[in-house]
Amino acid sequence: MERFQIVSGPAAPLLRRDVDTDIIIRIERLTGLAREELGQYAFEVWRGPDFVLDRAPFVGAPILIAGANFGCGSSREAAVWALQGLGLRVVIAPSFGEIFMSNCFQNGVLPVVLTEEQVAGLAEQAQGGAAVTADLGACVIKAPDGTALAFSVDPVRREMLLEGTDELSLTLRRQDTIRQWQTDDALRRPWVYVGSRSAN
Amino acid sequence: MARTLFDRIWDAHVVTDLGGGWALLAIDRHLLHDLSGPGGFDTLAARALPVSRPDLSFATADHAVSSAPHRTGETNPAGAKLYASLRRYCDTSAVPFYDLGKAGQGIVHVMAPEMGLTLPGTTIVCGDSHTCTHGGLGALAFGIGSSELAHVLATQTVRQKKPRQMRITYRGVLSAGVFAKDLALHVIAKLGCSAGVGYAIEHAGPALKGLSVEERLTLCNMSVELGSKIALCPPDDVTFEFLRGLPYAPSGEAFEHAVSEWRTLRSDDHAQFDLEVSIDLGDVQPMVTWGTTPEHALPVMGKVPNPEDSTDAERRKDIEATLQYMGLRGGDALAGTAVDWVFIGSCANSRISDLREAATIVRGKHVAPTVRAWVVPGSQRVKEMAEAEGLADVFRAAGFEWREPGCSMCVAANGDVVPPGQRIVSTSNRNFIGRQGPGARTHLASPATAAAAAIAGTIVDPRRS
Repeated sequence: MERFQIVSGPAAPLLRRDVDTDIIIRIERLTGLAREELGQYAFEVWRGPDFVLDRAPFVGAPILIAGANFGCGSSREAAVWALQGLGLRVVIAPSFGEIFMSNCFQNGVLPVVLTEEQVAGLAEQAQGGAAVTADLGACVIKAPDGTALAFSVDPVRREMLLEGTDELSLTLRRQDTIRQWQTDDALRRPWVYVGSRSAN
Repeated sequence: MARTLFDRIWDAHVVTDLGGGWALLAIDRHLLHDLSGPGGFDTLAARALPVSRPDLSFATADHAVSSAPHRTGETNPAGAKLYASLRRYCDTSAVPFYDLGKAGQGIVHVMAPEMGLTLPGTTIVCGDSHTCTHGGLGALAFGIGSSELAHVLATQTVRQKKPRQMRITYRGVLSAGVFAKDLALHVIAKLGCSAGVGYAIEHAGPALKGLSVEERLTLCNMSVELGSKIALCPPDDVTFEFLRGLPYAPSGEAFEHAVSEWRTLRSDDHAQFDLEVSIDLGDVQPMVTWGTTPEHALPVMGKVPNPEDSTDAERRKDIEATLQYMGLRGGDALAGTAVDWVFIGSCANSRISDLREAATIVRGKHVAPTVRAWVVPGSQRVKEMAEAEGLADVFRAAGFEWREPGCSMCVAANGDVVPPGQRIVSTSNRNFIGRQGPGARTHLASPATAAAAAIAGTIVDPRRS
């Protein structure tokens, strides 16, 4: 996974609340396209000359400023891939859909939680395309007027992004522990381990 | 220290404490489907990793297969590759695959409970946000993304941070003609669609004992529409009787032993929750959504919000945009709105009890000539039961299309799509913009309300049908 340290650039305001992952990427785009092709279909129903990410200076902007509960709904990780396809590396919002937020971290996209007021203020300043900076090392968002907005992020997640860690590789080193746990558990809860018992 | 039901199941599955509230959690059941499953197998293949526990993985095709009568895995061309890929991977990795037309096929969240795969106290994951459904049987179940899915396939574990906990305590009884779906929509409308973000929910209280397992599954299914990826109900005698005799449930002495363990799965009297909410079932009326999030739900006899009544400019703009998408006028009554389609199906409401509830309304009547109405049973087993009971005949005689099990119009990833601008009363769980097809206008409701709308040709109070 690509390491995340500092990302700076225009921050596109899209403040509608409860933007679900069906809006971010329609499900029929999941059945036939490669991950790399999804960007052009991100926010498909809203795309066009009036849509913020299709307008200068926000075409290819690395930061999105979003409304509350951004990414709610379906667990589709393709929602994150579609945002990445547009060039986004950071989403700032008052809150996020839980599975979407986890999927962001899995792909090197930083979800930043700020208060409603901070998000609204930042969106106001970012409207002309002035650069916003997300600094994960310092856990700070720098607004165009120089204000530093501190944010908190789970330390384990932060470490993963900073290091570009692959969770699966870490867990594979624990295979022996996992197998031992399963062996012990099969004695405690034999009914869980149905094996290849026929369902018919 | 006093523990919650959630704590008990969580603690029993910690393989390694990773610090900072994180744990490597053992997974008892990994459910795979045709939309998110193949990508996970691809990742493993690319990294030359085997499936860690094929015996704890269970796959079926539901999302991208057509529900058309006589369908095959190729009927929906867009899903054909996914279907073939999942089938092939399951074959080569010895993961059981419940194929079309076979016992066990169906929507993952319908088939696993009825097969006895979903057991109290187990951990269950699936690449699908409605995995919380299984909490209705007292399982700790949640949806995962593609990266986590590959992680589970390769290790039978997942890295998770322990969430905060909320308890919703239910009292009273549901009135006649009011169902679990109405209760779920009532709760979401009352609390808001992001009220549960960051929380695992325990649905609890004296009223819960009066709810069937199917009703609990519906309640837990809709909990992700509150923002919670995990929801669960304490297992009780109702749960145990439901499980007795199911194919994958333990049997004989092993069942009794399991039940004695499952009885310990409850929250201690003094267990602390981060948030407590109380709901009176007597307040619940038949509910229908008017907008584009499940939070936009109203009693069926209610009026659509008027943007002019809102003092907040942003809120007014949101309501106006929503009304425009939905083709509704602020202040209008919901009842009497003409509908073009009715869909009875989805992991929220496609179990046998749902079809019985709808059939009661439909029996001896006919679908309005302006309406196209579908029943899509949740699983092969539901389909066979409904056919044996004569429910399929009731629906067909009334002019409904009786289709093959799967997600169908709830996800519209399978060729089952509502045309642009058309209005549908649907028993599914999401009324998002374009969810049931680009431009489709969705009204979520219970099977009874959907059935009543099919007959009347308009949104109508099912208690008057």
